Amino acid sequence: MNDNILIRAENVRKSFSGKEVLKGIDLEIRRGEVVVIIGPSGSGKSTFLRCLNLLEVPTGGHIYFNDVDITDKSVNIDLHRQKMGMVFQHFNLFPHMDILRNMTIGPEKLLKKSKEEAEKQALELLKRVGLADRSHAYPSQLSGGQKQRIAIVRALCMQPEVMLFDEPTSALDPEMVGEVLQVMRDLAREHMTMVVVTHEMGFAREVADRVVFLDEGILMEQNSPEEFFANPKNERLKGFLGKVL
Amino acid sequence: MGNFQERFYLNFIKDDRWMYMWDGLRITLEVTLFATLLGIVIGFIVAIIRSTHDRTGKMKIMNALCQVYLTVIRGTPAVVQLLIMYFVIFGSVKGVSKVLVAVLAFGINSGAYVAEICRAGIMSIDIGQMEAGRSIGFSYAQTMWYIILPQAFKNVLPALGNEFIVLLKETSISGYIALQDLTKGGDIIRSRTYDAFMPLIGVALVYLVLVLGFTKLVSMLERRLNQSER
Repeated sequence: MNDNILIRAENVRKSFSGKEVLKGIDLEIRRGEVVVIIGPSGSGKSTFLRCLNLLEVPTGGHIYFNDVDITDKSVNIDLHRQKMGMVFQHFNLFPHMDILRNMTIGPEKLLKKSKEEAEKQALELLKRVGLADRSHAYPSQLSGGQKQRIAIVRALCMQPEVMLFDEPTSALDPEMVGEVLQVMRDLAREHMTMVVVTHEMGFAREVADRVVFLDEGILMEQNSPEEFFANPKNERLKGFLGKVL
Repeated sequence: MGNFQERFYLNFIKDDRWMYMWDGLRITLEVTLFATLLGIVIGFIVAIIRSTHDRTGKMKIMNALCQVYLTVIRGTPAVVQLLIMYFVIFGSVKGVSKVLVAVLAFGINSGAYVAEICRAGIMSIDIGQMEAGRSIGFSYAQTMWYIILPQAFKNVLPALGNEFIVLLKETSISGYIALQDLTKGGDIIRSRTYDAFMPLIGVALVYLVLVLGFTKLVSMLERRLNQSER
């Protein structure tokens, strides 16, 4: 077993009321790697990403995280989720807490950090994304781009080993996409392991170590971004790239 | 029938008749307060079970039991429930406290309405909030406690306040089991003085003042809770 592999998805299947959305997907994600998953809508890419931390429970197959089969019912998934940060399309900040509380509640309650320690860490992260002055604002007072940057650092507060991004820029106004991608770019530079579902082809080309194409619940092709965009082999991928590039 | 002052004196002052209303008011408030607490506890538990079932499909048997409870309570009149509680369930218990009986009957009754209010509140919170909580590593119960319920509570506060007002007025049927609440107190005065107007209007005014005061309290609390968000 290669101990550089952080997440290994093995023949992952998922059906929703009889309709098979994922038809047996195998994918390995190495430590420090940035994997971008693209595909047409309805291809199952978001479902697959959500299977990685078991927000969707796969109907078949296994997910190994740090060599532990987290699809095993006897595994306490909550403990493993602490190590897998997730960023959602619609931010999902907690509207009844200010920004600082959004970021500290996890570390305080789950990692048993002291309030001071958690706040210190949160403020440092806020500074990094340029939002230190908004620590006492409430989510409703922020722009979409700001909310998503907060959502990213909120996940980082748990010191995860991997970050999962589920279309992080799809709900943003165009002028706010850049600031969020910049934060993600910085994360990649620090060798955070990232799995990103996105429509941002520029980001995939520039930041990804590997790009994966999913269509109709099947992993059709994966390659380095250079090869992936320059020499797509799969016919569906060629068609897809022809439409989006 | 004499002038207003004479009637007022006859109905409230003479023989300390105001005491009927005063003692009745205390019973009414006591029953309402404890029935509300009981109703909130029952309603809260039922709401958690029902919404957990709605969202995850778990707790099937518990959910079925809750359904039966809701159907029976909401499908029968409160007076009948009160009578059953006193004459059937506690029928063979000698010297049982009528206040206790009323608290149980009204609490169990109110719980059914509170349950549906709370369930609606929980279901109104975007599913993304649960997912965000779980993705951080919180368990289902922790996410409920820290993330979902505080938001749900804020959403249902007006409805809960309304339910409290309904309950306060509903306790006026306590006279059916000869519990001397506010309404019964006024009615006793009426039977002594043969004057219906004074004691009954007096009773109505006391209820009205209580409801207005409580409405004010709820809206103040609402405003306080909303401060944080907007």
